[in-house]
Amino acid sequence: MATRLPATDVVIVGMGAAGGVAALPLVDAGLEVIGLEAGTWLTARDFAPDEIRNNVRSWPMAVQKANLEVPTVRANPNSSTSRPGSHPMMNAVGGTTLHYWAQAWRLNPWDFKVVSDTTRRYGSTRLPEGTTVEDWPFGYDELEPYYDRVEHEIGVSGQAGNVDGQIDSRGNRFEGPRKRAFPMPPLRWTAFHERMADAARGLGWNPFPGPATINTEAYDGRGGCVYHGFCNTGGCHVNAKAGPHTTTIPRALETGRLTVVTRAHVVGIDTDRDGRATGVRYVVGTEEFVQPAQVVLLASYTYENVRLLLMSTSQVYPNGFANNGGQVGRHYFSHHQGAPVSALFPFDTGAWYGLPAQGVAIDDFADDNFDHSGLDFIGGGNLWAMSDRRPISAANGGTFGRSPGWGSEWKRWINQNADRSHSSYNQKTTLPYETNYLDLDPVERDPLGYPVLRITAQYKQNELAIAEFTQDRMEEWYHAAGAIEIARGGLGNTMGVSTHAYGGTRMGDDRETNVVDRYGFAHEAPNLGVLGGSVMGTSGARNPTLTVQALAWRTAEHLANNWRSIVGQ
Amino acid sequence: MADDQRPVISRRDLLKGVGAAGAAAILPPAISKASAQAPGVPAVPAPAARASLASVPRSRRLENLTADEADVIEAIMARLIPSDEMGPGAVEAGALNFLDRALGGFLAEEREEYRDNLAALDRYCRMSRGAPFVELSPVDQDSVLIDLEGGSATGSGAGFTGSSGAFFGMLKSHTWQGTFGDPYYGGNADFIGWDLIRYPGVRLGVSQADQERLEAGELQPNRRSAYDYEMFEKATALRSSQRGATHGD
Repeated sequence: MATRLPATDVVIVGMGAAGGVAALPLVDAGLEVIGLEAGTWLTARDFAPDEIRNNVRSWPMAVQKANLEVPTVRANPNSSTSRPGSHPMMNAVGGTTLHYWAQAWRLNPWDFKVVSDTTRRYGSTRLPEGTTVEDWPFGYDELEPYYDRVEHEIGVSGQAGNVDGQIDSRGNRFEGPRKRAFPMPPLRWTAFHERMADAARGLGWNPFPGPATINTEAYDGRGGCVYHGFCNTGGCHVNAKAGPHTTTIPRALETGRLTVVTRAHVVGIDTDRDGRATGVRYVVGTEEFVQPAQVVLLASYTYENVRLLLMSTSQVYPNGFANNGGQVGRHYFSHHQGAPVSALFPFDTGAWYGLPAQGVAIDDFADDNFDHSGLDFIGGGNLWAMSDRRPISAANGGTFGRSPGWGSEWKRWINQNADRSHSSYNQKTTLPYETNYLDLDPVERDPLGYPVLRITAQYKQNELAIAEFTQDRMEEWYHAAGAIEIARGGLGNTMGVSTHAYGGTRMGDDRETNVVDRYGFAHEAPNLGVLGGSVMGTSGARNPTLTVQALAWRTAEHLANNWRSIVGQ
Repeated sequence: MADDQRPVISRRDLLKGVGAAGAAAILPPAISKASAQAPGVPAVPAPAARASLASVPRSRRLENLTADEADVIEAIMARLIPSDEMGPGAVEAGALNFLDRALGGFLAEEREEYRDNLAALDRYCRMSRGAPFVELSPVDQDSVLIDLEGGSATGSGAGFTGSSGAFFGMLKSHTWQGTFGDPYYGGNADFIGWDLIRYPGVRLGVSQADQERLEAGELQPNRRSAYDYEMFEKATALRSSQRGATHGD
């Protein structure tokens, strides 16, 4: 028998990057909030710089949830289905921000207006065949104050490139105008980064340091980054890498109006006869609870947001919560981060104590920052030369055909070259398509017996063309910086399980093609809000978390400001 | 099972001087001597003290592999990362020790795969080279490993559970983990692996001056495990189903 708990104003499903941010504006407005989190609290003592545990095996978690609900994957309905052994997201208060790379990009203005900008500049025929991409219901300017708020609330370091229209060539000249500079200067560059930046300038490009949710000096009672080299899939032992668990959640808890319930595994959203959300059901161990709430905010990861909606069937919603329009799971895509280029340099790069957020960015070939008239694609890629090296992965690196992979000859090779290779991380515009979608897997189930999600998706011609174009640029850059060998990865095919998963509950004014409205509330259930990458209709060429958090703040603020109309009083 | 009779004393416990009496009962004299310190000694020994501890010759203390299995694996490891004029290799680093321990913990699910494929390797060596792996010359051992890696041993009828290349890949990957991973897990003895790749060691922070020393090739290895730093607890990465696990590692 489920225990029915006292009702609350707002229940948030997931205390991660999105839910952990949304809680603060809600409690500040005087609302009572319950945050349900499948994981537990973890602290700096759990964050040992241990490559075997963190990178080779799995992140330390008291609770394994995401790893037991890994979606199945297939390229299209005619291809075979596989299921990866693990999931890159984690369960804990703060979510995956505990161990993520912490790159903190704003989307560029073009990303909000892909359809209209492309049509205006090149004609509508340039939109790729089969894409379901739409303009966002608002532009960059609408989100700017929320980007600004989150950058200062959580603490983002970086170099501004456009303050109020004033271009600063030290930063990204292609970014949308920001009201003010970052609260902290960017992460430092190593000699290798300086070399890459010089090479880029020599090519006529505009290199700049990327933004990061990592302190670079004392900020908000936490110290700056100490550069220990285990940031990639590692927690921060000095809390320089920030997340809701170090900022917004503790602040919200101080008001006394946020209650965080850990180990709470949400299994369904309840509805009344009118289709409004009445609360959620969750399990702790073997005990089941019902948490009634006036408003439900779904803030788990993209996959789990969609799965929970599809699992929550009722008379009103036979095909899943807020899915009578059949849009839940549609317009899915995951960021094309593959198609890497690797290079070998004839000198050590000094990368042992770097981090993925420390590096040189090139935005000249992203979005519509360059002329596409003579090209066969729209969008582009952000080139990113970072520092990231740990012993086992370094020893596992490729030999560029210069040595066998083992034996005495390899020993000589790795002794000289362990710190001399580099791999690019190039994020590319990825679009939604009619034939890429999420639904429930007909066979595979989680330990509680619920179906896991199924991803049916593959990159299309536009993504592959960008991948090849981006590889060409990266190769040019490496050569200019003195690389003596180059290796290129494949262009990509199936969209696997990703940390940059978008869509499935897309945001838009048209209820025929979108699940949530311009504020993030379901068209079919106005007291159900959705937070996370699942509401985003475009990816840009950069990491999504800051955008997710800006949107979460905006949704929460809208809820607080329109409480009576949203709860129907 | 062996663990039932044996107090579980981790290397870290030894370094911390915790449970030193128990350690004395089960460890070779040289290790007992180095670690039988009174409680209250510094949690992180000076590098010199650690070096003497880490450089103690390792006696093989198997927990999961049979002696024959361990002999073959060690012989393979000796070819993958050999001890040669450049210095010690995977065997000296204790990669076998790492693997044996892990097969009772995080890699418990791979125990059977090792058993079946080592038996297949033995059949393959006798069929194709007329002798078991450990009796082959280094040149023949390398040629067998090349057969394994390239997958040409797969269809030999020797009975590899999948492709021979997959088995080779698994063994290579665990050899690398045991050679280049944190010494906490029982391998990378005396920091042999980190010295080979010129990794200057686990640090809690690297200042701009340290970074410049690194770039000038002047940052000296500090020879520390992550768990030599007092602030960290060893939270464990668990697998969804860790059948047969006896170790939390």
